[in-house]
Amino acid sequence: MRWIRFGGQDPLCMKAKIIITPKKAVLDPQGKTVQNALIHMGYNDVTAVHVGKYIEIDLSPGTDKAAAEQALNDASRKFLSNPIIEDYRLEIE
Amino acid sequence: MRFAVLQFPASNCDQDCVHAIRVLGHGADFVWHKDTSLGKADAVIIPGGFSYGDYLRCGAIARFSPVMPAVKQFADNGGFILGVCNGFQILCEAGLLPGALIRNRDLQFHCEQVFLKTNRHDTPFSCAIPPGQPLKIPIAHGEGCYFADEATLASLQTNNQILWQYCDADENITDAANPNGSLLNIAGICNGRRNVAGLMPHPDRASEAILGSADGRLIFESMIHTLQDQGTEKLLA
Repeated sequence: MRWIRFGGQDPLCMKAKIIITPKKAVLDPQGKTVQNALIHMGYNDVTAVHVGKYIEIDLSPGTDKAAAEQALNDASRKFLSNPIIEDYRLEIE
Repeated sequence: MRFAVLQFPASNCDQDCVHAIRVLGHGADFVWHKDTSLGKADAVIIPGGFSYGDYLRCGAIARFSPVMPAVKQFADNGGFILGVCNGFQILCEAGLLPGALIRNRDLQFHCEQVFLKTNRHDTPFSCAIPPGQPLKIPIAHGEGCYFADEATLASLQTNNQILWQYCDADENITDAANPNGSLLNIAGICNGRRNVAGLMPHPDRASEAILGSADGRLIFESMIHTLQDQGTEKLLA
């Protein structure tokens, strides 16, 4: 029988984090609107805001880190991000 | 002629496309996204909607549907494929058309009539459109702002792949006539071979006078005329 953990993370589990941001050359009206709102609220030191996406992926225990990195880079380029309009950063921990 | 109209979960203009083709006196069949064959289709339409809830990015998940390898094969064989709205987004995500469609510059969903200038009349998607006649066709999208890098835009211009641009009622291409911030007012493009095209406006919603405009049928008629009269070879580079 498989025990399901509630709360707390399985220490053997690896987690991949993928941060996707709009490319500099791409119009980012959402970032601009958030920036305007922040300035309106009085956060005057804000000079730029870019709104992107954050994806968290759990990997099965014992996954080879190098292989996972290669596979997830592949998935990020092909599917999770669109290289025409977005950049991504992959972190595995 | 028989058209295959693809159906993904949350496609919502599939019925409109089938109706528009049948009104023109031709056959249209639904093809489910899990099918791996397009049957005996003469042409394919990828309709509008919100395939897979627009999750991740518009068209990003539909692109990996079981039916898509058959669509790619159909394109490789020179078959005519028209993507409307979400269909255009899917074709871009699939790499069958260059560029990408991003959030409208004003962050608003636009549902309104627009005018389109047709830039060339020698393609299977535009040959029935009379020169000098702007098309009045509605848009309905939140993510229709066409983007491509400078090199891609230059090659689209060099190869005359920009089929339709947003314009005013007199065919002037102005910023005021651009509803979503698309680069170069791009509303629709075709591939280099001119057998795959996509556009954000909905010809399917403008194919009968009772809908406010029948201009959209000129796009479908272009495809039908090309298939009937000229065969596929003549218009293909």
